[in-house]
Amino acid sequence: MFETLIFVLDSTARLSTPLLLAALAGLYSERSGIFDIGLEGKMLGAAFAAGTAAALSGSAWTGLGAGILVSVALALVHGFACITNRGNQIVSGVAINFLAMGLTALLGQAWFGQGGRTPSVTGDARFGDVTWPFAAELRDVPVIGGLYSELLSGHNILVYAAFLAVPFSWWVLYRTRFGLRLRAVGENPGAVDTAGISVTWLRYRAVICTGILCGFAGTYLSIGQSASFIANMTAGKGFIALAALIFAKWKPVPVMFACLLFGFLDAVAIRLQGQQVPGIGEVPVQAIQALPYILTVVLLAGFIGKAVPPRAGGTAYVKERS
Amino acid sequence: MTAGQLPRWVDYGLMPALNVAAAFLVSGLVVLLIGENPVEAVKVLVWGSLGRNEGIGFTLFYATNFIFTGLAVAIAFHAGLFNIGGEGQAYLGGLGVALACLALDRYVPWWVTLPFAVLGAAAFGAAWAFIPAILQAKRGSHVVITTIMFNFIAASLMVYLLVNLLSKRGSMQPETRTFESGGRLPLLQDVLPGTDFGSAPVNFSFLLALAACLLVWIVVWRTRLGYEIRTFGANPVAAVYAGISPLRITVVTMLMSGGLAGMMAINEIMGSQHRLLIEFVSGYGFVGIAVALMGRAHPVGIVFAAVLFGMLYQGGAELAFEMPTITRDMIVVIQGLVILFAGALEHMFRPALLRIFGVLAARPAPAA
Repeated sequence: MFETLIFVLDSTARLSTPLLLAALAGLYSERSGIFDIGLEGKMLGAAFAAGTAAALSGSAWTGLGAGILVSVALALVHGFACITNRGNQIVSGVAINFLAMGLTALLGQAWFGQGGRTPSVTGDARFGDVTWPFAAELRDVPVIGGLYSELLSGHNILVYAAFLAVPFSWWVLYRTRFGLRLRAVGENPGAVDTAGISVTWLRYRAVICTGILCGFAGTYLSIGQSASFIANMTAGKGFIALAALIFAKWKPVPVMFACLLFGFLDAVAIRLQGQQVPGIGEVPVQAIQALPYILTVVLLAGFIGKAVPPRAGGTAYVKERS
Repeated sequence: MTAGQLPRWVDYGLMPALNVAAAFLVSGLVVLLIGENPVEAVKVLVWGSLGRNEGIGFTLFYATNFIFTGLAVAIAFHAGLFNIGGEGQAYLGGLGVALACLALDRYVPWWVTLPFAVLGAAAFGAAWAFIPAILQAKRGSHVVITTIMFNFIAASLMVYLLVNLLSKRGSMQPETRTFESGGRLPLLQDVLPGTDFGSAPVNFSFLLALAACLLVWIVVWRTRLGYEIRTFGANPVAAVYAGISPLRITVVTMLMSGGLAGMMAINEIMGSQHRLLIEFVSGYGFVGIAVALMGRAHPVGIVFAAVLFGMLYQGGAELAFEMPTITRDMIVVIQGLVILFAGALEHMFRPALLRIFGVLAARPAPAA
């Protein structure tokens, strides 16, 4: 029983990581007033770039760099459309998702000819698991041993980075001048503009932050969790991350708990596949898979508290009406 | 913003054309990037989609799907709503079609089944759009987010239904039994004498799609409801002031939108597959977004855009055969680029055009 619990929690950590990175990514953009339903596309683009670069260079860090680069480039397209051209933010996000989905599959097949996969990588080209000191020695100690050597130790560095990004994002958003301005521009860009701060530049920096974090998320998928990029490997994770962001009411620490919850549901769904649960019988896996989405809809409906998006979210800032 | 300063033909003709041209130009660059000749690719594409009767048939078959999903997105646009849930609504629409066909196909001819199938498709599609609509109208939850969530919920629900309840007895395939002749629409070449589309599955639903275009045009531009929808879309505050109920408009528009998306299943399920199967929508719902944007949310524009995307789908299959490096994923790229340039970057060329036509207008007009 305890072993099962540790096992489920361990996979929860692994499955939550991409959600957490992507949801935190979305946090920066959306708090600055730029809705981003293109998290999925940026992750996918980054995953492909990371898989490709790691396979060609043999270095996981080069992969991460390439992933971030591509993700930031896609974020800048979103910025160019929404900030500079005042285009519809939802439409732009949809476009980026399709662009990434199509381009990764197309280029993957054209370059490597493996049905959209990138070549498998091993060793230094992947982010390997980091074993904490004394993990092996402590393994047999009851309770603590399992927690320490299975749950805490033995993840790759991006998992730890994701969880460290939570306090970091909190600090950036709530304890720095940049964060204060970023939140302000998402609520009342007019006031920020009056204070002599460029709304455009601030929002561009916010979408770049989003790009960087999505780059981490995508890289984790292709060369952290797996050993290669597979066509459409994000499989809706960007949207679950978006759901988590809304579920957490656009706040960094609740974002982590929402992602852990959704990751946990995913882990449970995998664990319960085809198993009998005493008293209930076989739980349909599809029901658990749909639960994050259902929960988010229920939350949005205002039945569990109220999710109020940033006030200026979704609208382009027009300095002067002509 | 700065509307009304450009001649109408520039606003409605030249600018959209420039946007679409930009999208295809970038697509051409992508083809160059993977080392193929874009001009050759276009030749193969056009020949594959329009060169033979069968190609035309397939083009029209795909276009039928896109007309329905495009109209679904467009009608919501007119009310200022963005329905991204066409995918899920069409999926559920398939359930409605399948239930009607499974119940009736052994007893009555297809033209008796059809009204029930249409009703089933529209009702199930509309029902799937109803919850997001009512949540938007009553609780203020954004319809974009809820419809995205409903796409995923639909996918899970349909897998569950097909695996556990609807699949054939003794079969592991997640699909229903194949419909008998009472659940199959006739091919278009059997309905329209003198036409021949080879083995292409284009069928009676193409005519239904054209009828739906006409109906949408009448509803949006020739009825009081349509006027209210457009007013609400243009300015919700003014609409409320004029006594238009936001609740009613939001819900009614989303019901029509979901119903239209659901109708897509008539073509795919009753017209071609003759059984309900997993993931039959396969992105057609999302293509509707590109089609609606490209067709400027007008039924005539949508028919053209749908045929163009039909050509891309059919010609793309041919292209993947002739030039194996250009897989059908190319269509998804083009779709993304069209949405980007015709949608999000809609006004990119406006400043330049304003400058050009500003100069032209400043010149003394020729003797009038």
